Amino acid sequence: MEKKGNQRAIKQYAELVDRLSPKSDMGKGLLRSFWVGGVICMIGQGITDFFNYGLRWGMQSSATATSICLIFLSALLTGIGVYDKIGKYAGAGSIVPITGFANSVVAPAMEFRREGLVMGVGAKLFTLAGPVLVYGISTSIIVGLIVFVLEVI
Amino acid sequence: MSRRLGSQTVVLGNRPGIISWASIVGQKEHEGPYGGKFDQVLPDELNGEQSFESAERAMLESAVTLCAQKSGRQPSDVQMLLSGDLLNQIISAGYAARNLAIPFYGLYGACSTMSESLSLGSMIADGGYADILICATCSHFCTAERQYRAPLELGNQRTPTAQWTVTGSGAVMVAGGAAAGSAKVELTHTTCGRVIDLGISDANNMGAAMAPAAADTIATHMHDTGRSFADYDLVVTGDLGHLGRDLLIELLGQKKVSVPEAKLFDCGCEIFEARQDTHAGGSGCGCAASMLCAHILPELASGHLRRVLFMATGALLSPTTTMQGESIPGVAHAVVLEHREG
Repeated sequence: MEKKGNQRAIKQYAELVDRLSPKSDMGKGLLRSFWVGGVICMIGQGITDFFNYGLRWGMQSSATATSICLIFLSALLTGIGVYDKIGKYAGAGSIVPITGFANSVVAPAMEFRREGLVMGVGAKLFTLAGPVLVYGISTSIIVGLIVFVLEVI
Repeated sequence: MSRRLGSQTVVLGNRPGIISWASIVGQKEHEGPYGGKFDQVLPDELNGEQSFESAERAMLESAVTLCAQKSGRQPSDVQMLLSGDLLNQIISAGYAARNLAIPFYGLYGACSTMSESLSLGSMIADGGYADILICATCSHFCTAERQYRAPLELGNQRTPTAQWTVTGSGAVMVAGGAAAGSAKVELTHTTCGRVIDLGISDANNMGAAMAPAAADTIATHMHDTGRSFADYDLVVTGDLGHLGRDLLIELLGQKKVSVPEAKLFDCGCEIFEARQDTHAGGSGCGCAASMLCAHILPELASGHLRRVLFMATGALLSPTTTMQGESIPGVAHAVVLEHREG
């Protein structure tokens, strides 16, 4: 009986909190993430074109070089304290591209430097990126197996 | 004479006094609307230390020392230190007490620590078990962020209900017996709060998690003492923030306690301005503590405020319970502060 009354109070309170809570401005958020994410991708395309058409490295090498350049830029901007400001403004626009992934590795590396190189940086480096790696790699293995099985059939 | 009143309130018959206080804050708090009132301001987040954690404990140590000095005493004259903070194993308080060498009781009440320590300190002084003691607490934005949330340089967005942990510290000297003679502020009642949980599990919505405990303690205090908001110049809450304050007014309305909004002062709502982009306002042990020492106590000492109910609120969560999806219990302790004539 007591528990039931409590459940009702919890439900009523959740409704009250929901009613009074300020909401995120979805329109503004989408617009900002679209243009910042778009600009990051345009920069990436520009780098690819430079290596591919300018230096004639071929598509595969150019794509690899582009990833390296973007990761370097993101790590640099994280290190000098700019990337978190971009992220605050753009949200998913700067999290989804590869630059966001680099940021999520460099940020804990900087944060846990004071706990030492082994148990600090070493252990905490992938606290944020770890799940992406685990499930990204797992998914690619599953997809690879499915493709393999389909090709055998 | 019974020292208890109603179900949760204690009457401090000997009226211990508050004879000294000190506050230290960071740059962002200094840029806020009460910036000029704090005793000291840290030059930067590290404050000349090697880590944010040691910067936080150095700030607490300085606040306690300054509080003792402002009363014309040394830390060695203080008989007890009641202190706690937000960090795991309350390291700021423990390490500060190591250097201060004052007999030390470590407390954990999350952001309610300022009123928790004042409640216990005033009862100790009232009972005559100590004549000079200091109640103190602190919080630091950078240490709280890395413990509870994400690395500082991570490019993520904060939700609209998120609050900004105050970098700040406050220390209050409570005196009993003859030592309380010169006090301009006295403590008359304490109300010990119950832990209340109405199922909020969003760690970015502390105001909503703590508001039910705040409402419970205020309503109980008013019932125990037979008082209402009309008997107080101000009811001060710790760090409910804008959403938590709105929820508190709604919840008190449901409990048939009418709230004149001008009398409800939330330190979390006041310490920063909207232009400082802190979303729902300030939070952390240092929020209520620094605002108490910089604004509320001076106003009480000068007589601009005559009687204040001071109640800091705490969310008793840990990063482990958050990850395990548990809801967040809240607690709020209240003390009555009065201006003393003469």
